[in-house]
Parts: sequence; structure tokens; C-alpha cells
Amino acid sequence: MRPVGAIFASISAALSLYVMAQFSIHEAGFQFQSIQSWIPSLGINWHVGVDGISLWLVVLTGLITPIVLIAVDPHHDPKPYTAWLLLLQAGSFGAFLALDLFLFFVMFEIVLVPMYMLIGGWGYDDRRYAATKFFLYTMAGSALMLVAIVSVATLSAGDQDITFNVIELAQRQALSTNTARLCFLAFALAFVIKVPIVPVHTWLPDAHTQAPTAGSVVLAAVMLKLGTYGLLRFGLYLFPEASVWAAPTLATLGVIGVIYGAIVATMQKDLKRLVAYSSVAHMGFIILGIFAFTTQSLEGGVLQMINHGLSTGALFLMVGMLYERRKTRAIEELNGIQSAAPIFAGFFTVVMLSSIGVPGLNGFVGEFLVLIGSYETRRWWTVIAATGVILAALYLLWAYQRVFHGEPAPDDEKTPDLTFKEGLVLAPFILGIVFLGLYPKPLIERIEPAVNNLISHLEHHSDYVQPDLGAPVVVDIDRVSEDDH
Amino acid sequence: MGPPQLLGFVGPTVNWWALLPQMILLGAALTILLVSALAPQRTSPAFTTTTTLCSAITSFIVAIGLWNDVKTDGPSSSIASAFGIDGFSIFFTILILIGLAATALLSHGYLDREGIDPPEFHALLLCSAAGAIVMASANDLIVMFLGLEALSIGIYVMIAMHHRRSEARESAIKYFVLGAFSSAFLLYGIALTYGATGSTNLVHVRNYLDAVVFRDQHLLMAAMALLLVGLSFKVAAAPFHFWAPDVYQGAPSPVTGWMASIAKAAGFAALLRIFFAGFASHDVDWAPIVGVLALITLAVGAIMAILQTDVKRMLAFSSVSHAGYVLVAVHSASAKGTSAALFYLFTYTLMVLGTFAVVGAMGNDDEHPLSRYAGLGRTRPVLAIGFTVLLLAQAGIPVTSGFIAKFQVIAAAVDNESYFIAGVAMVTAVISAFMYLRIVMAMYVVDDEKEDSSSTWHWSTSVVVIATVSFTILIGVIPQFLIEFAEDAVPILIRG
Repeated sequence: MRPVGAIFASISAALSLYVMAQFSIHEAGFQFQSIQSWIPSLGINWHVGVDGISLWLVVLTGLITPIVLIAVDPHHDPKPYTAWLLLLQAGSFGAFLALDLFLFFVMFEIVLVPMYMLIGGWGYDDRRYAATKFFLYTMAGSALMLVAIVSVATLSAGDQDITFNVIELAQRQALSTNTARLCFLAFALAFVIKVPIVPVHTWLPDAHTQAPTAGSVVLAAVMLKLGTYGLLRFGLYLFPEASVWAAPTLATLGVIGVIYGAIVATMQKDLKRLVAYSSVAHMGFIILGIFAFTTQSLEGGVLQMINHGLSTGALFLMVGMLYERRKTRAIEELNGIQSAAPIFAGFFTVVMLSSIGVPGLNGFVGEFLVLIGSYETRRWWTVIAATGVILAALYLLWAYQRVFHGEPAPDDEKTPDLTFKEGLVLAPFILGIVFLGLYPKPLIERIEPAVNNLISHLEHHSDYVQPDLGAPVVVDIDRVSEDDH
Repeated sequence: MGPPQLLGFVGPTVNWWALLPQMILLGAALTILLVSALAPQRTSPAFTTTTTLCSAITSFIVAIGLWNDVKTDGPSSSIASAFGIDGFSIFFTILILIGLAATALLSHGYLDREGIDPPEFHALLLCSAAGAIVMASANDLIVMFLGLEALSIGIYVMIAMHHRRSEARESAIKYFVLGAFSSAFLLYGIALTYGATGSTNLVHVRNYLDAVVFRDQHLLMAAMALLLVGLSFKVAAAPFHFWAPDVYQGAPSPVTGWMASIAKAAGFAALLRIFFAGFASHDVDWAPIVGVLALITLAVGAIMAILQTDVKRMLAFSSVSHAGYVLVAVHSASAKGTSAALFYLFTYTLMVLGTFAVVGAMGNDDEHPLSRYAGLGRTRPVLAIGFTVLLLAQAGIPVTSGFIAKFQVIAAAVDNESYFIAGVAMVTAVISAFMYLRIVMAMYVVDDEKEDSSSTWHWSTSVVVIATVSFTILIGVIPQFLIEFAEDAVPILIRG
């Protein structure tokens, strides 16, 4: 069954690449829009489209699913496993493409079911608890969002027909300041739980640790992005004034996430849990970038979503491979893997360095953009977040040292090295990591118009003004990456 | 020269055509009883089930014809305005007939398995359905009461029909005593309504309340309160829900399904017709009370449901919290809210029938522990998926009819600026979701493999489950036609 699923997922991947190829650079608005009447009585349309912010997330979603289907063997019940993964891909596509609030909500909620089933059906010992917690946290977050969605549509309608069209609603801006702020908070609650931000992150370590490898990879690479993407697309776009109002709080929570995630990751005994907490730290960076409201910080945020998808996705995949070999994820029980599996260690090093944010690899570009962009508008936040980069080096290198270096025990010596197929599966991740580290321009030049558009929307509807940061960033980045090599 | 008029009494004109749906059901009930009494040997279950199904289908066709008449000629009423022929009554007639067909199919398998004589059961089911239709169509409070009693008496006996099970008898007594209580409340409410407005006919009540300003309206308030309490018992709204878990647990599963779906829908039909249509001009008086009732019902339903360990009791409290959702829609006292309530009832009825179809097939013991569902995902994958869809639909997950229904209820509440109630409704939905997820988890996550042998599936169960699941997903994807159907079914009170 899995090959059939992989073929279908690959067709979606090819289509997402086709969209990428046909995407016109330097165009700020939504492209490939399609509107079909769905439930006319309620003013609901099937409305999809893509812009610079969602484009790369769509491509990421397209590429991750076939890779995961090929890479990970579910061990039992391959048919439902494949079906759930494909449904997950479909739902994620829908959420990233939806330009109708109702459609977005449908997609945002429907992805819970396949992920719940994947964790519950193919997860580890504590899967029952983890799956239920995951489902209920996200559903609790989105409960009030549904009320807010209906409120926004109803209150914006006035004498006009009720609509859930995001573009139309963003243009109308008909809500009073207080109502808009309340609605923003309801949206933000749904998204920060999904991201997740400290203190509502507790579902994530459990879900990641108990999920099967495929679930962890897709959860980290795609589903967490629904939160940050939602904040950008619906938070900032629909409620510009409220976003500016809430920005200091959310940026603070983001920075707390960076530091807290890093410290807790340092203390973990389970390799998978460590990667999960590193996710919390990385997503905190993205939140800081989003709520700093400068071109660079937003670009960095969007780029970092892709980077995190590649590096953390690959990390989960490799931790999964290690588990398949050794049936344990405890850092203590693993020693000196490097001598037994040098190629595996090499791949792991590259991915780890990308996650740390070493220059020349993709993680650096995103973090650097976020930091440089946020420095102007959120100086002290940026200073504290920058220490998070150092902490990332600490926990990842320390973990690497404990697992891969040292004297291998008899068990460790028998650890088989990377097979050809596994190498093939990891190759796209490594390629992406290196390519984006050296030459992020193709991404940035597609992201930038959309981001600038969003910032001018913010400036137009609130008293926020972006400080002048000088030369366009695209040129700077080229120079930075070329200097390193 | 006509016949001599002995008493000078002229009865009201009767639109027999409009009464045909319930006449067909009563005719079928009589046929079943006659045949079973006269036939030399025991009547076969196939005969009774077929008769019931055929009558449901014939009635259904007549109801569709009536719907077209109402669409072209407009609504009307008959028997001295006591019986409404409008979109509302036909909407419920259609719903009740669907419920009747499903329950007939389910009880076919059940009666077969338990060795209960089918003719009486089916005859009672048909009478009960006819009563429900009368209740939903009545424009007059006394006629409505007659319908309610016909509906309930059938149910009392159907619960107790399993004479070998003491729990069933206990359930029946409990439901009977509390049902009698609620009937008393309702009757007292009707009497006070008559006292306050001079009529039991809702058309007259509506016109009277429109025209007259009371100096003090204590009598009317008391009447409304008593009517609300009486109907709250029937729809199992908290704090009048205490009978529900015990009765649902003890009753045979097909009857539980009938109670949870059709008895509840008919109760809400009466509630909507009395309050939304009859007491329309006094919505400032009753809407806040309904709002409070909705909040209590939602909270009690959700919180109590997660404390249960027995699946049937869980579903009983889940049906309480669904009543809370419908009350949220009723609370908004608008056409939008009413059509949301109708949509909710229609989709909920089918979900709950499918749910109890599965529960019934999982065994007939008095207890339904979660462990009985362990491994259903492996032993019966297709039906487990169907059950999962029905449970997720009740939790309000998108791409099911349950989500569209909840969405409309929330939209109606927001439209009415009841943001608090809308928020509470969504939060309690999350709490209930925990309970549905427990059942789903039990089916799919098994710690030790074991073969499930206790469940015996009858083909009729599969038919009902497949039909309700398909409907649930179909409405979840393309709800437009049902939304329009519900919008056309908002009750109107017409004289003549």
C-alpha cells in the first residue's frame, strides 16, 4: 500500500513544485486564486490561493509526505497508515491555501484526526495519553477561534452580504478596536497552542515523543507551521491594529520560548524529547520575527519555518532510524555510535549544525534575518533571543557528544550504518539545508513582496511605522553567504 | 334534505390529505395487530418489519407531496386551526419517518436476537411515530398534549418489552413516573396559558399576545415556565435530565435510539412551535430563561459525560449536551436560530440513530463498558470507521454534518450577540470531545490482542450504520440543500 500512497503523494509534490515554478516573482498579491461557491446560504466559498508566505509551506508539505511514506515503515496496518498520512497532506495543503475563514477552519481542524490516529495507532507506549492531549489542546484553542471567525464575518458584514473571504475582510476592517482585539486574542490562542508557545506547549513533547517517526516528522515540519502561518495570515492581516497592540506580549512569550525550550532541552534524557524541546525554542524565534514587524524579521520568520521543517524533520527522521536500530532513544544507553556508523554520524552532524544555525547552512540565514530585523524594533528581546543560539549549540553538541563520541559498548558497536535507501531519503533534506544556506535568494525574492505587502497593510491600518533599515536585504544576504565560502 | 342533525353539531372541516402520513402509520399498526391476532401461526418478523418499512416509505412519499403543496400554495391549517400544515410540520414528519425506518430495521435484528414477539413492538413503534408527528404538527396545545402522550406511552411499553430483564422494567417505571410528572407540568402550563390568553390554540394565543398589553403578566410567566419545564423533561435538558442516563442504559438499544432521536426532536418541535411561534411577542421573557437552561445543560452534559465509564451512559449525557446546543439556537429567538435548531435536530437524529445502532449490536447486556469496544478497529474495520465518523460528528469535527450544525448554532448565537453562550458552547464541545475520543481510543488502541466474539451483527444494523454515516459525511461536505430545507421549515401559525 505504501508505494501507492507514495505515488499519490508524489503527484501532489509535483503539482506543488509546478505551482512554485509558475509562481510569478515580485508579485505581492495572491496567485492561482480559485473561488467556487460552496454554501451560499452562509456566504461560504471554496476560495484558495497562494502568495509568497504560503508558497514555500505548500512546497514543504508537498515534499515531506512522499519522503516520509517512503522512509518510514509502520510495521503494522500499512493501509490505514498510508491513508491517514495522505489525508494529513491534503488537510495541510488546504490550511495553507485557504483564503476563506470557514474553509481554513475546516482544514485546520480536520488535520487533527489523521494525526490523532497516527499517534494513537502507531505510536509508542504512552500513545493513548499523548494523542488525546494533542487533540484536546488544539481543539480547545480553536474553540474560541470559531466564535471569533463567526463574529468577524457577522460584524464586518454591516449592510453587505456576509462573507468569510479573508481578502475582503482584511480590506473592510469594520470592527471596533476592542472587538478586533478580542477576536485577535481568540485567533492568537488557537495559533499559539499550535506553534506552541510557552506555557501552552506541554502537549508537544508528549505528542512528539509518543508519535511514530512519520507522525513526528510531519508534526514538526508541517503542522507546527499552521500556528505561525495562521498568526501571519489571519492575525496580522485581519487584525493589524490588535497585532501591533499585542506584539510586545507575544514577542516576550516567543523569547521565553527560545530560552525555556533550550534550557529544558539541555536536561532531557530522551533524544526525541530533546529534539521536541528544540522545536519549542526554534518556533519562539519565528514568533519573535513575526511580531517585530520589519521586512527582514518577517522574511526571516517565514524562512525559518521552512528551515525548521527541514532540519527538525530530518532530526526526527534520524532519531527514528536510530531507534529502529537500537530500540532505545535514551541518551545514556547510546555511546560512540560514530565509530560504528560513521556515515550516519556525518549526516546527523550536518542536520544538527543546521539546527544550531551555523553559517553556511540554512538555519543561520533565517535566524540571522530574524535577529537583524528585530534588533531595530525589539532590541532587548533580540539580545536575549540571541543567547538562545548559543544555548542551541550547547544542548545539541552536548547530546551529539554523548551519543556519537566516547567508547562504544558492545551493543553500540553492532549499530548498522546508514543504508543506501536511508541515505537517499535523507539526501533531499541535506540538499535543501546546504542549498538554502548558500543561496537563499530564490526563496527570499518570492517571500519579500508578500511580506512588504503585509507590513504596508499594518502601517496603513495602525499607527505602526517600520523604521528605515537602509539597503534592501536581498543584496546583503548574497554577500553574507558568499563571504563565508 | 340532509340527514337530521340531532345535536346541531357541525364538526370542523378536515384536510384528510394532510393527515394521511400519520393515518398510514396507524393503519399499518392496526394491520400488524390484526394479522398477528388472526394468523394461525406466529407472524414472521419479516412481515412486521416490512409492513412498518412500507408504511414509512408511503408516508414519506405523501409527505414529499405535502411539502410541494406547501411550497406552491403556502402553509395552512386544518381541523379548526388545531393542526398546522406548514414547512415545519412536514420537516418533522420527514425526520420522524426516517427515524421510524431506521428504528424498525434496528429492532428487526434486536427482536430476532432476543426472541421478543415483534407484532406488538412494531405496532407500538408506529403509534409512537404517529404521536410524534401529531406533536410536531399541532397548533393547539391540547392536540399537542395528545401527540405527546401517544409518543410517550408507546415508549414506556417498548422499554419494558424485554420482560426477562429487570433493568428494562426499572427503566420503564422510571421513565413512566418522570414522564407523568412532566406531563403534569405541561398540562398545568396549558391550563394557565388558557387562563392568561383565553385559548389553547396557538394561533389565537399569538394574536392575543400581539394585541394585548398585560398590566401584570404573572399568569403568563407561570404558564411559560411550566410549559418549559414540562418540555425540558422530554428533551432531557438539565436540570431535568436525571432520568436520561438510567433510562438510556436500561432500555433496549433500538428504543434508546428512538428516545434520544425522535422523542427529543418531537419535544423540540413542540418547544419551538409554542415559544418561537406562539409566544413570539414575549421573547424577552422566555429567551433569557432558555439561555440559562442552555448553559446549565451544556455544562452538565459535557462534564458528567466524561465522568462515566459506561458507553450508554456516556451517550446519554452526550445527548443532554446536544439538547444544550439546540437550546442555544432556540435562545436566539430568531428565524436564523430556529433554522439552525432544525438543521441541528435533523443531523443529530441521524447521527444518534447510527450510534445506537452500533451500540445495540455490541451486545445486549445491562452494562456497556468501554472494554467491550476494544479492538473493534481490527475485528470490524469498516464498522469501526463508521462509528468513529459518527462519534467525531457528534464532537463537531469538520467534514461531518455535526460541524455544520454546530457552526450554524454558533452563528445564530453570535448574530444575537450572545457571545458568552457561544463561547461556553464551544468550550463544552471540547470537554465532550474527550469522551468521544475515549471511545475511539478504545476501538483503535488495544494493549493486548484479543478476538472479539460477543458482538453479533445483523445485516439491518449495517444498513442503518452505512446510511447514517453516508448522510453525515454528505451533509458535512454539501450542506446547502439541508440548510435551505431547514430555512423553509421555520414554523408559522396560520388560521384556516
